[in-house]
Parts: sequence; C-alpha cells; structure tokens
Amino acid sequence: MFETWPLLSLVIWTPIVGGMLVLATGGDKNASEARVLALLVAIITFALSIPLYTEFNTAKGSMQFIEHAEWMSLGDLRLYYHLGVDGISMPLIVLTTFITVIVVIAGWEVIKYKAAQYMAAFLIMEGLMVGVFSALDAALFYVFWEALLIPMFLVIGVWGGPNRVYATIKFFLYTFLGSVFMLVAFIYMANKTGNFEILQLHSLKLTMQEQMFIFVAFLLAFAVKVPMWPVHTWLPDAHVEAPTGGSVVLAAIMLKLGAYGFLRFSLPITPDASQELAWLMITLSLIAVVYIGFVALVQQDMKKLIAYSSISHMGFVTLGFFIVWAIYDKTTENTEMIITGINGGVVQMISHGFISGAMFLVVGVMYDRIHSRQIADYGGVANTMPTFAAFAVLFAMANAGLPGTSGFVGEFLVIMAAFKANPWFAFLAATTLIVGAAYTLWMVKRVFFGEVANDKVKALKDINSREFFFLSVLAVMVLFFGLYPAPLLEVMDESVENLVRHILQPKIPL
Amino acid sequence: MPSVYLWIVLAPLIGSIIAGLFGKVIGRSGAHWVTIIGVGISCLLSLVVFKHHVMDGGAVYNDSVYIWLETEGIKFHIGFLVDNLTAMMMVVVTFVSLMVHIYTIGYMHDDPGYQRFFSYISLFTFSMLMLVMSNNFLQLFFGWEAVGLVSYLLIGFWFKKSTATFANLKAFLINRVGDFGFILGIAAVLMYFGSLDYKTVFENVDKVSGLQMEVIEGVSWSVMTFICIGLFIGAMGKSAQVPLHVWLPDSMEGPTPISALIHAATMVTAGIFMVARMSPLYELSESALLFVMFIGATTALFMGFLGLVQNDIKRVVAYSTLSQLGYMTAALGASAYAAGIFHLMTHAFFKALLFLGAGSVIIAMHHEQDMRKMGGLRKYMPITWITSLIGSLALIGTPFFAGFYSKDSIILAVGNSDLNSWVQSYAYYALLAGVFFTALYSFRMYFMVFHGKERMDEHTRSHLHETPWVVTVPLIALAIPSIFIGAYFVEDMVFGDFFKSAIYVAPAHDVLASLPKDDWLSMVTHAVPFSMPFILALAGVVVAWFFWMKRPDIPAMLEEKFKWLHTLLVEKYYADHLYIKLIAPFGRWLGDKLWRWGDVKIIDGAIVNGSAKTVGFVASKVRNIQTGFLYTYAFTMIVGLVVLIAVFVYGWDKIISTLG
Repeated sequence: MFETWPLLSLVIWTPIVGGMLVLATGGDKNASEARVLALLVAIITFALSIPLYTEFNTAKGSMQFIEHAEWMSLGDLRLYYHLGVDGISMPLIVLTTFITVIVVIAGWEVIKYKAAQYMAAFLIMEGLMVGVFSALDAALFYVFWEALLIPMFLVIGVWGGPNRVYATIKFFLYTFLGSVFMLVAFIYMANKTGNFEILQLHSLKLTMQEQMFIFVAFLLAFAVKVPMWPVHTWLPDAHVEAPTGGSVVLAAIMLKLGAYGFLRFSLPITPDASQELAWLMITLSLIAVVYIGFVALVQQDMKKLIAYSSISHMGFVTLGFFIVWAIYDKTTENTEMIITGINGGVVQMISHGFISGAMFLVVGVMYDRIHSRQIADYGGVANTMPTFAAFAVLFAMANAGLPGTSGFVGEFLVIMAAFKANPWFAFLAATTLIVGAAYTLWMVKRVFFGEVANDKVKALKDINSREFFFLSVLAVMVLFFGLYPAPLLEVMDESVENLVRHILQPKIPL
Repeated sequence: MPSVYLWIVLAPLIGSIIAGLFGKVIGRSGAHWVTIIGVGISCLLSLVVFKHHVMDGGAVYNDSVYIWLETEGIKFHIGFLVDNLTAMMMVVVTFVSLMVHIYTIGYMHDDPGYQRFFSYISLFTFSMLMLVMSNNFLQLFFGWEAVGLVSYLLIGFWFKKSTATFANLKAFLINRVGDFGFILGIAAVLMYFGSLDYKTVFENVDKVSGLQMEVIEGVSWSVMTFICIGLFIGAMGKSAQVPLHVWLPDSMEGPTPISALIHAATMVTAGIFMVARMSPLYELSESALLFVMFIGATTALFMGFLGLVQNDIKRVVAYSTLSQLGYMTAALGASAYAAGIFHLMTHAFFKALLFLGAGSVIIAMHHEQDMRKMGGLRKYMPITWITSLIGSLALIGTPFFAGFYSKDSIILAVGNSDLNSWVQSYAYYALLAGVFFTALYSFRMYFMVFHGKERMDEHTRSHLHETPWVVTVPLIALAIPSIFIGAYFVEDMVFGDFFKSAIYVAPAHDVLASLPKDDWLSMVTHAVPFSMPFILALAGVVVAWFFWMKRPDIPAMLEEKFKWLHTLLVEKYYADHLYIKLIAPFGRWLGDKLWRWGDVKIIDGAIVNGSAKTVGFVASKVRNIQTGFLYTYAFTMIVGLVVLIAVFVYGWDKIISTLG
C-alpha cells in the first residue's frame, strides 16, 4: 500500500510542519496541549518511518523509495529535490524517528520553560536530520545539514546550563567552519557535472590532487561532527550545557551525521585520496579510542564522562571505515573482511544511538531530581532507586561493550576486521575492553553503590512510570540488537557491498 | 533431542527472568520455587543427556540454533555442541547449581535481596551452560562475559559494603584484561580459519599449523602459538592464574553460596574447560603448552603458600581453589587434558562442599568468618563437621577419596610429560611440594574450626547449633560424590576413552596413554604407602595437627622469626600493590594529563580559544567597532569562503594572473 506514498518526504515534512503547529500553540499556558500535539506528531512520524523498514528490499544495494523533482537552477547548475535511502541510511532514519519519540517523552514534565518551543525544536530537528540522511542531492544535503545547526543551537542556548553561551558558540563555530569547506567542495564538483547529484558524483573522475583537496574539505566537515580527535573539544562542552533531550539527540543522531558523511561522500567520491590518507584516519581513530578512553576515566562530571566515552566509541566507527585498504592490500580478491569492518562501523553507529541516548537519559533522570551532574554529589543511589539502578547498570554494561548488548556487536566486528588489517590496530582498539569497562563501571560504583551518601540521595524517589517506559523501551532495543543483530546486518549488507565496489574503484582519470 | 538442549538452557533463564522481574509479585518463596524448578529441570535433563551420550554412546550433537549475524557470507551462530565433555560439564554445573539454590534458602534467609539473588544465580546457570554447550568461539565469548557479569553482580550483591563494590569492580576489570587477550585470539582464529565454528576450525588445523605471522617486524611467530596464548590469557583471567589471580580472593566479599558455585565449582573452571575444548589447537604449539604448564604450576604452589597465613575461613578455601586451578592448568600444559578435566569435576564437588561447609559454619557463627574466634565446633554441628572433613580429605588427596584419583593422575602426567624443558621438572616439583602445603593449610583450617579450644564469645557459643536441613542436605548430597566419584570415573576418564573425539592429543604428547593402566583399587595400592604425594599429604596433616593442636607456640614462633616471609605472604607477594598502587594510579594519572594538557591546554587553550582570541583581536583592531562574537566569526568565514570558492573554481594561477 505504500508504493505510491512519498514516504521520505512525509517523514521529513510531517515533523517540520508538525513542529510549526506546536509552535503555534503559543505560550506556556498551553503547554500540555503542546506536549500532546508534539507526542502525536513524533509518533505519526515514527509510524511513517516503519514502512521504510518493512517494505525495504534487502536484496538491493541501490537506492530505494526514490523521489526526484526539479528544484531550481542556478545558472548552468541544476538542483534537484532528490531523496532515496539504501541499507545504510534507512536504519539511521528509523533510529532518528524512534529517538525523537523518546526525547519528547523524556522532556514531558521536565521542561516547564517554553515547552512548546522546546518540543517544536526537536520535531523540526527530526525532519532536518531525516533530510540529511535521505538527500541524494548534495545541495539539498547541505541545506538540511546547515539548517540543523539552528534548532540545536537554540536548544542548548535557551534550555542549556549556566555556561551555555560559550558552549553554543563553540559548537556553532566548530561545525559551521567545518561545513563551509564541504560546500566549497560541492560547488567545485558541481561545476564539473552540472548538478549536485550525489550518485553522479560517485562516478566523477578526479585527479589525485583534486581528490586530496576535496577529501580534506570533507574531512573538516565530517571529522568535526563525528567528532574525531583533535577537533572533538566542542562535544563535551555542548553535552554538559545541553538539556537532557539535546544531549540525547546530539549523541544518538548528530554524531552519526559525520560518520554518514564519510560513507556517502568521502569514501566513494575520493577513494584514491582516502586510500592515500587512510593512515591518518586510522591513527586519529585509534587516538580517539585510546586517548579519549583515558580522558574519560578522570572525568568528574557524568555528562562529560559519557561525552568522552561517545568520542571513544565513535573511533570504532571511523576505524571500521578506513581500514578498507589495509585489508585490501592483503587479499585483493576477498572483500568479506572489508565489508565486515564497514558493517561493524554502521552497527556501532546504530547501537551507540541507543546506548549513548540511554546513558544521557540516565544522567537526566538524576539531574532532574538533584540538579547535579557531579559524580561526587551522588553515592548509593541504588538504595533509594533500585529499579532505576538496574537500568543504569544494564546500560553501563552495554556502554562497556558486554556481549549480549548491542554495544558489543559493532566493536566485535571492527576488532575482527582490524586484526586482519594489522594486529596492532586490533590490539589498540581492544584496549577499550579494559578502559571502557574501567571508566563506565567506576562511575557506576561511585554513583550507585555504597551507603547513601547524603540527604539528597536519601530523599530520591525511584523512577515514575514515564521514566520506566522510555528506559525499558531502550533496554529492549539494546538487548534485542545484542542478542539478534542479524536483521540489522541483513538490511545493510548489500548496500555496504555496493559501496565497497565503488570504493575499490580508482577514480583518477587515465 | 535438540529441544532437550534448548530446554536445558532456557529453564534456568526463564526462572531467572521471572524471579528478577516479578520478584515482588511472586514473593520470596515464589522466587526460590521458580528458580529451583528451572534448575531442577535443567539438571534432570542434563542427566538424561549424560546417559544418552556417555552411557549409551549417542552421537555427538552439533547444530545451530539461530544465526546471530551474517556479514558478507561469514555466519556467526548461536548453537550447541554436545559430546561427552559437554555432557559431563552440564551435569556438574546443573547439579552444583541445584544444590546451591537449595542451600541459598537457608543462607540468605533474612536477606532483603532474596529474589534478586535467586534471579542472579539462575542467570549464572544459564550463562555457564551457554558457555560449555557452545559450538563456536563467539558464543563461548558470550558465555564467558556473561558469567563474568553475573560474577560482578554477585560479588557486589551487598552493594552497600565498599569492600564488595571494590572487589567486584576489580574482578570485572582483571577479567577484562584476560578477555583482551581472548578476543585477539578469537580475531586470529577468524582471520586464519575464516570461521569461528569449532568444527570448521578443528578440521582445518593442518592448513594453519605451519603458518607464521609477523606482529613485530622481523620477529615471526607461529600463528598457532599466537592463537593459543591469546586464548589462554583469557583463561588466566577467568581461572585466576598468576598474575591475573588477584580478583579471586577478594571475590569472597560475595555471599558464600556463590563462592561455592561461581568462584570454586564452575565459572573459574571455564578457562580449564576452554583449553581442553581447544586441545586440537594447543596440541600444535609446544610453546603454548609450556607456557600453560609454567603458569599452572606457579599458581598451584605459590597460591598454596598464601592459604597458610589466612585467618578468614573463606579466604583459606579461596586460596586453595587458586592452587587447585593451578593443578588443572598444569595438567593441560602436559597435554593431560583428561586428567585436568577429571580434577575439574572432582574439585567441583569437594570444593563446593568445602565452601558450603564454611558457609554453614558462618551461619552458625552469626556471620563471623575469623577462624581465630572458632574452635571445637564439631560438638555443635556434627553434619557440617563430618562433611567438611570429607571435603578436606578429598582435597588433600586421601586414597579412595575423589581428589586422590584426579590429583595423582595430574602429578603422574606432569612427571612423565615428554616436553623437554626445565619447565616440566619445575612443574613436577612445584606440584609435589604443593601437595604438602595443601594438606597443611587444609587441616590447619579444619583443626582451627572444628577442634581445639572454643574461642568464640559466650553469646555466640550459647546459640551454636546445626544449621537447618536446606543447608545440611546439600552438604550431604555433595559429600557423596566427593568420596566416590573419583574411584568411579578414574579408569574411564584418565586411562580410558571417556572423552572420545572431544579431546585430541597428539600421539607424541599422549602422556596419559604412556602411564601404566590402573583401576581404582590398584591406583591406591600403588600409592600407599610409599608414593611421594601420599607421604607428603600425610606429613601435611601430621604437621598441621602438631602445629595447631599440640604446639601452637611453634607457628607463632616461626611467624616471629621469619617476619619478612610472613609479611610477604600476608601481603600476597605484593601483587595487589602492583595493580592498586601502580597500574590503576598510572591510568588515572595518564588520563588526567591527557585531559588537562592535551584537551584543555593545547587543543582548547592554545588552538581553539587562541585562534578565537586572535581573530577577535585582529577584528577589534581593524574595525575598532564593538560586535558580537558570532558576527565577527561569521564574517571572517564568509570572506574565507569567497576566497576558497574562487581558488577552487578558477584555480590559483588564474587568480594570481588576474591580480598581477
């Protein structure tokens, strides 16, 4: 029944239009109407995104649910409203619509100040993020990509913590500075092809020098978003200042934009430059895993700790992507480990969406009660909030990559592939088994275990049914994809294979 | 048959989920009933499986349950491999678990976390079964980490105690160090065999056995050695071998039933089981075997010493567990896998018995664990006394008792091993010496607890009585196999072909086959009265009796005279210091420096804020107008953007020529 529906457009525009309607409910006196409406919009959007999964043809590696229309012309350049998804972007879209529902519920009674505007910002952000994941026209992609900054900027700036001005400016400048170069690269290539069609860019011949420039331009945009070391320092500040919902969206989805960019642009458009600079990317990824892991160990602020942990986990994603050539050098005809590495990276993106989202919600639940993110202000929370503590330990274990949780799957696949590339890559990446467990469980120990630390902890009330609901939904997802990740892999396998075929084809004109 | 295997693992899992999620609804007795029924079903069916495979010679079962994931043709399964080795492990695990479930009713009687506890131990049973029944490395790792998780939860069960939460974090992290090696070993298996299924891997060992790999340039390693040592590092964590042993004594912070189940009978033997399961790989690397033997023998002897200076009843048993695990490991190194597994089995029964016996004493003593405050308990708790005596006799290797057969086989095997290296003679003498010290510390404990002066206070003494039947019945049920199971299985397991295809031993290494064939009776007649192990064990008991019953002044005097040695032992060779005072602070120091210097000072301080300040400074000088920061930056960016677009689109040359 969905064949004739413009599903992607619906998933993009429903929340954006819905967000406008929520805004229209006006001031705080209509807050409850705004919340109900926002939840309704989020649920409808989520429901609309479900057929993307159920109707998806897993045997096809190419784009599906395509929508194509003339948008505008700029001189000789044609811009299209071109949407479509493959097995890589589709799961990310469903993740986005899912997380948005969670975020709306998580902000329910907590956000009292300008509730309508808060909800609207997240809905609009949702539509824009789906737009980024489904745009097949680079100009369209860029519009969504940059537009996304505004609602996030507002979320941190309006509902953020005391140091929010510094954080928002840092966030905005870092990401904006990065993306500007990406735009330049797009324009340069569009001058050659006459349009911004991403799939045409994939087969555009480019000299090594051109590829190098374009790769670096992309790198600046995407590395900041991932974020990769050393352009990561905006993230801990942004997380610390952002309200819980902002942190959840930031960690669960925004960070994936950068990694997605590498897959959609850098690797297939500039494969030769990617190969040339793979050593740099692998080094940066491994620094992220190891260095950031140690940095996370000494954080006193829970949100900062989780933010650093996110950077470290995203290191696995970029590692999985850029070990392609190190593996290819060893076995040219056998691509299964190359695909395994990229699959691992993509699984890690999805899984990290659930786990980091859950971790920030866990901190949020406590912050709503005690208004502190400092580990030192807690202790023995398990005494007063036993149900909550059970969830927290589960998510912490997932964060530490325990098998049986989704956190294990991506790390496992990437370590397997990395070993093939070079045992040392696997050696360094696998240190996360120890360090990741150390920083996560040490925090758990200090926050949840022990005697009740102070009167504030003593007065804590265990989670209410609303909190129980969103934590248990996430717990189910984390366990499901840990115990049975096959459906996820089935969706992406063909598309990744298709991508790898592109990557392994030199694009330098003869 | 397949559904039987599925039910064996699912029954405890279902029990665990019900007790865990609906503990409040079903109440305390509901929780213990549902879990006991689950584990009971599992135990009964395991016996059926044991009969099918071992008694009736049923064919090896190897099939997948579902595909966990598939990436580009590489399939990762969840599946079961059931042969005689698995069947035996299943019976041991479910039987001990069932006993511990029953015992827990008594031990945790007054604990507010009653339901949670039952949920955890059933979850543990599920995880352990998944581990031993796995037919591939991935599921092995799943089970491996899952038992680690439950161990973490149970050591920290009393989470208010800071010692408990310290111990469980330590246990988890040290195990993760082992898992680090383990996962690299698994990665090497996947790379060289292209599959993680045991069957495929074992069938292709010949193709890989000759391969070399260069991890460090110029140094070439045998792939097999790399794989075996990687996997064994995992085993060292889980089975608490030196130097990854430090977590096990501290794990005694958890309630006693789990010390018996997890930290004595089952989980800690996972490493032994794993190496035996991987025998087709280990047989191809003598370097790995020697490494295994060295670590095992070292653990066996040096951990035994530590049992001598402990005063906490559970810690004595814990060090004895470490030492016995060392014996098993040494047997693996000698390619006597069957002897190692045999000892694993007998040890599971008598060590669980000793722990539960210690727990029974602890209940009677109102949770006092210091042996210096006990003594003469045999009058008050006869069942605990007799069963503990049986456990101790089995542990030290008294003829006819279970431990005698397994431990003697190990010592014989290591003594006759063909591995031509100093390691072999070192291991042999270490294990022999270990026999004396095992007897010494075991009977030191036995005498201090059950004999001699009653050193407890009057209040405790007036309340002393035998523990309830839920405690004593498991003791009796474990005492029976602690006596007979060795004699019953020794011919088959050690000298016969009990394990069939499950364990592979290269003909050149087959030390057990080279031993003279014995049966349960002739083994005793060969040992008594002149074999070294027998004499040493006897001497240990006599010395223990003389030191702690007759002349307690002598150990006190020795302690005084060899103060440094005593301190060294009390401080556990300072191994904890290495981790707690050196490695952990180094990690924190490194993290702190990387953060404060790398992130805060260099990246943020110098580069980010520095360039922001420079831009701001330049802008303010040039324009001398007050603007908001954001506009300044946006303006600079737009200027930069225009320049860049120009450069990209028209090229440097054209711009320069236009300008020029």
